[in-house]
Amino acid sequence: MSTTDTLETAPAALEIHDVHKWYGTHRVLDGVDLTIRPGEVTVVLGPSGSGKSTLLRVINHLEKPEIGYVSINDELVGVKRQGDRLKELSERAILAQRGRIGFVFQNFNLFPHLTVLDNVAAAPVATGKLTKPEARALAKELLERVGLGERVGAYPRQLSGGQQQRVAIARALALRPGVILFDEPTSALDPELVGEVLSVIRDLATSGTTLVIVTHEIGFAREIADRVVFIDHGRIVEQGPPSEVLDRPQHERTRDFLSKVL
Amino acid sequence: MSEPPGATIAPEAPPVADEPSKPLAAQRVLPLRRPGRWIATAVVLVLVAQFVHGLVTNPFYQWDRWGYWFLRPTILDGLVITLEVTAYSAVLGLLGGILLALARLSKSPVLRAVSWTYVWALRSIPLIVVLLFLYNFSALYKTLSVGVPFGPAFFSFDESKLATDMAIAVIGLSLNEAAYAAEVVRGGILSVDQGQHEAAAALGLPKGYQFRRIVFPQALRSIIPNYVNQLIGLIKSTSLVFYVSLLDLFGTAQSMGSTYPGDIVPLLLVVTVWYLILTSVVSVIQFYVERYYGRGATRSLPPTPLQKLRAGLTDLRARIRREAAV
Repeated sequence: MSTTDTLETAPAALEIHDVHKWYGTHRVLDGVDLTIRPGEVTVVLGPSGSGKSTLLRVINHLEKPEIGYVSINDELVGVKRQGDRLKELSERAILAQRGRIGFVFQNFNLFPHLTVLDNVAAAPVATGKLTKPEARALAKELLERVGLGERVGAYPRQLSGGQQQRVAIARALALRPGVILFDEPTSALDPELVGEVLSVIRDLATSGTTLVIVTHEIGFAREIADRVVFIDHGRIVEQGPPSEVLDRPQHERTRDFLSKVL
Repeated sequence: MSEPPGATIAPEAPPVADEPSKPLAAQRVLPLRRPGRWIATAVVLVLVAQFVHGLVTNPFYQWDRWGYWFLRPTILDGLVITLEVTAYSAVLGLLGGILLALARLSKSPVLRAVSWTYVWALRSIPLIVVLLFLYNFSALYKTLSVGVPFGPAFFSFDESKLATDMAIAVIGLSLNEAAYAAEVVRGGILSVDQGQHEAAAALGLPKGYQFRRIVFPQALRSIIPNYVNQLIGLIKSTSLVFYVSLLDLFGTAQSMGSTYPGDIVPLLLVVTVWYLILTSVVSVIQFYVERYYGRGATRSLPPTPLQKLRAGLTDLRARIRREAAV
């Protein structure tokens, strides 16, 4: 098995079309439109409660949008067209789609009762994509890639936060997703562990994978983002290359936010 | 009595007696004397000794008769019945409990209501009433019993009178056990972090796999201690099957007791010792099962008793060597 064969996937295009999401009367997302090209690295910024995490969770249908839709490579996520309406897909079909969208959580959410190797190898086996030996070989390769080839037999709680998050990234990669979503991947980490996780994400960014990253690391955003999207009150306030949005923000709210976090 | 943890370690500090020449900071701190603790220990030891002495020497207990009965075939037959009833009911009760818990946690209001009502009813009705009801029920409708959905145990024991009693006992205990197990299992499932469900869903793991491989193994960590508690209660509840004319351990002792009225106390002691043994075996199994499902929950697993013993002996040897060297 060569590295290019197992690790590289065709990066996917993503379209978020007029997505609305509300809880009761509270509007979390209020008409978000976003088109992401294959291989593009998008960083989503915004104050807490602005809807940026919800947006990420709508993309892989962990949250269902009330109005609007998300599509990956022109295939609708979580719904199908029926006449001029959208109809929810079966749970089985949604689960199958999720294999193409990697998700990395703020709190890692590794499976504590499985070894690091089994955490990474579980999904390809459970979804019938690989046999057990194939999945284990792939998992070893991925763990080496994130610098944890020595710890395959450890349990997650025996690792540092930074190591756990790197395992979580390897776990997301094991399904060879066309796009990977990061929900504040370094927010739960001690400051000295942030760097090792960012460097793994940087590697992914340069390898041409489509990434959508919610983060507060502005410096990192400037370095790797092709596009920065600023969200507030469930709407995209402004977007563009980091040199514009971060250095010459057009909107008062963006300026206000950046002055607080920089 | 356990040593305070500080007492066994610190081998690096040389056990030098007070040397006035040494600076204050270099000397070991003298531990505080605790006379109260020693006095309390002595009093308790005396009381325990008294109790054991009474147990051994009081003729009331008739230990020779106890020895006569303890391994009698009738008693052992009763023990086998107790074990069978417990085993079947524990397994069926747990399976029923898992189904009830899943129903209770489902999104369907009908399933939730049915599950809640079942648990409410079965926890409210005394087990003995359930058993007697089933007993009379089956006496009235002998053929109906085939359709009751606890199949396997039922079909194989349907032939003889004893087997039917066994089936009644198992069904009654399982129905009761399932109600309690349902709450134990539900609590266990709720104790699993929401992030685990989300991670499993985000990876697109099939629904059944999510439950069997991700959620349930983690739930077991809290289910096991509670269910073992339940199980120990169940072992003792099996003594009620005597009332549906099944001669279990207690039932056998009871009927022997009415044949040999002079041996009632030793017979009760026989039963007591057997129940103690059963409970102990269950506790040992619990330790190892918990240890197995504790993998990954803590940074290192708790040592087994054997490992503890070995570490203790090594410690003791080191201490003796050290003391001898002084």
